[in-house]
Amino acid sequence: MTSIDPSLSGRDETSAVEEAPAQRGTGIWVLGLAAAASWVGVAALIELWPEIIPQPYGRELAIISLVIALGLVIVAATGRLFGVAAITTRYYGPWFVAAAIVVGGWEIVTAKAGLLPVPFFSSPQSILEVFFDDWGRLGISVWYSVLLLAKGYFFGAAAGFVTGVTIGWSRAASYWVHPLLRLIGPLPATAWLPLAFFIFPTSGSASVFLIALATAFPMTILTWSGIASVNRDYYDIARTLGAKPSFLILKVAIPAALPHVFVGLFMGLGTSFAVLVVAEMLGVKAGLGWYLQWAQGWAAYANMYAALLVMALMCSSLITILFRVRDWTLSWQKGLVRW
Amino acid sequence: MVALATNTGVASAAAGQKIDIQSVFHQFELEGEPLPVLDGIDFSVEPGSFVALLGPSGCGKSTLLRLLAGLDHPTKGDLKVDGENVGDPDPSRIMVFQDPTLFPWRTVWDNVSLGLEARGILKKSRQRVDDAIQLVGLDGFDKAYPHQLSGGMAQRVALARALVNEPRLLLLDEPLGKLDSLTRLTMQTELVGLWQRAGLTAVLVTHDVEEALFLTQRVLIFGPRPARIVADLKVDLPYPRHRGDPRLAELRREALGHLGLAATW
Ligand SMILES: Nc1ncnc2c1ncn2[C@@H]1O[C@H](COP(=O)(O)OP(=O)(O)OP(=O)(O)O)[C@@H](O)[C@H]1O
Ligand SMILES: [Mg+2]
Repeated sequence: MTSIDPSLSGRDETSAVEEAPAQRGTGIWVLGLAAAASWVGVAALIELWPEIIPQPYGRELAIISLVIALGLVIVAATGRLFGVAAITTRYYGPWFVAAAIVVGGWEIVTAKAGLLPVPFFSSPQSILEVFFDDWGRLGISVWYSVLLLAKGYFFGAAAGFVTGVTIGWSRAASYWVHPLLRLIGPLPATAWLPLAFFIFPTSGSASVFLIALATAFPMTILTWSGIASVNRDYYDIARTLGAKPSFLILKVAIPAALPHVFVGLFMGLGTSFAVLVVAEMLGVKAGLGWYLQWAQGWAAYANMYAALLVMALMCSSLITILFRVRDWTLSWQKGLVRW
Repeated sequence: MVALATNTGVASAAAGQKIDIQSVFHQFELEGEPLPVLDGIDFSVEPGSFVALLGPSGCGKSTLLRLLAGLDHPTKGDLKVDGENVGDPDPSRIMVFQDPTLFPWRTVWDNVSLGLEARGILKKSRQRVDDAIQLVGLDGFDKAYPHQLSGGMAQRVALARALVNEPRLLLLDEPLGKLDSLTRLTMQTELVGLWQRAGLTAVLVTHDVEEALFLTQRVLIFGPRPARIVADLKVDLPYPRHRGDPRLAELRREALGHLGLAATW
């Protein structure tokens, strides 16, 4: 989660599609039909090959496979009728084939042939079972995780931004804060965990503090370096035009530093995920981290896979949201740097 | 390009400022060594006149303009504008830098309005921004970002950004250096027209001898660093001038002589 490089990953599906004109055709989409066939294959595999240990929800998984296949057939036949959805589906055509192969293979080595040790490796339908039967608990866990993360991330990002701007601007602040930052900053936020749970009145507030701490460090460093690397000519120009220090900070330094600030936001988000999960496992009795811990206690491995999947979706959605915010805020950078 | 005569809002008459420079010395530090740049500069500029500073590259012309703008302070000597020592930068003295250095996150319109916004008078004077953009011939590009402009267009935005403030002293550091030769000729004529109508004092730094002679009333020629003034040429020709004027050719020969380039003529 920590190797998030915004300069590499901002290219979205639609722009990539434009680079692959071969995928754009409006006629019958052969690869799509092949992908549909492979999903029909998955469904057939589930229905026709008897399971070593009978499992529920095999039928549901087969139906879902058929629905995916049906969707692919529709897109293959209708061309670009469904706009962006169709374009995106066509772009990910090879992925649909690959996913069918993975799900089918996984099905074979777990439920069908039983090649992998049974309790530790759950079959696809047993994970599906978790989503069907335990969605209430999973859903509330996601909600608690997002809530906790939002609080910690907000305070951490705000504190880091303000600190970064202050030490980037004021020599005196930099003199005092820099050594502290050098000393305390690299300390993993989780190292504070025992102390934080002891000092703070509730484990919830302790977790907010830890997540904020983890977010604040990269945010401070990058905001600071952003402010420090602002072209000095910008200040000279603004000063000759009559700008006061407040204008120089708010309208010159901060906008010029924003690209760096967003790198800090991305890095802070990455580190905050790690702290979130640890804090939930050790302190707060809620959230996806706690769910994982709880599932482990009951040796409910399928629940752990399901929680991991949900967690991955949650983290990548948050990253995507941040990318959207950046794209909107820094739209002036388009054409200036390679996104 | 819009003719100057159509413009009314920008740079309406405010009397130009008087400049008095008395034995100004200035030096920088370069790797621990003092680097003398200005070595006893002495001259005055009458209010409302147009002066060119000509000299070899690296001699200290931009440095002198920065001192006049109040961005730096001289190591020694007095710089007075309208009888007062130059302190901090003031919007009555506006500098157009060698690089346009537009703010990349602001549109053309927002770049031009920067000074008015900084002084908190933008609300009352939005029309001035439109006028300034029109003056430099960029109407229709209000919403463009700097990276969508050509080098010459960016330089014109920088000029508009200065003019919108109705300065009384305009410090121009090779403002036409990046323009193609055609736009350059047009802009030269427009600069003269602008200066004549606005009644401001203008100091133009340039490498181009013809430009200095065609535009200004007086050309100060600097020697190599550390700079002193080696010649003070009066360009005693009325406006509008003609580029083919034999008197300009004469003055040009004289100026090149002072720059040590007589042999090339
Ligand atoms: N901030 C600085 N620190 C150190 N030296 C500087 C600094 N600014 C300028 N100099 C030096 O001062 C000298 C004069 O610089 P200046 O920019 O005034 O030259 P210039 O006459 O404008 O040249 P050009 O015509 O090429 O623009 C140069 O030798 C330069 O190296
Ligand atoms: Mg210069």
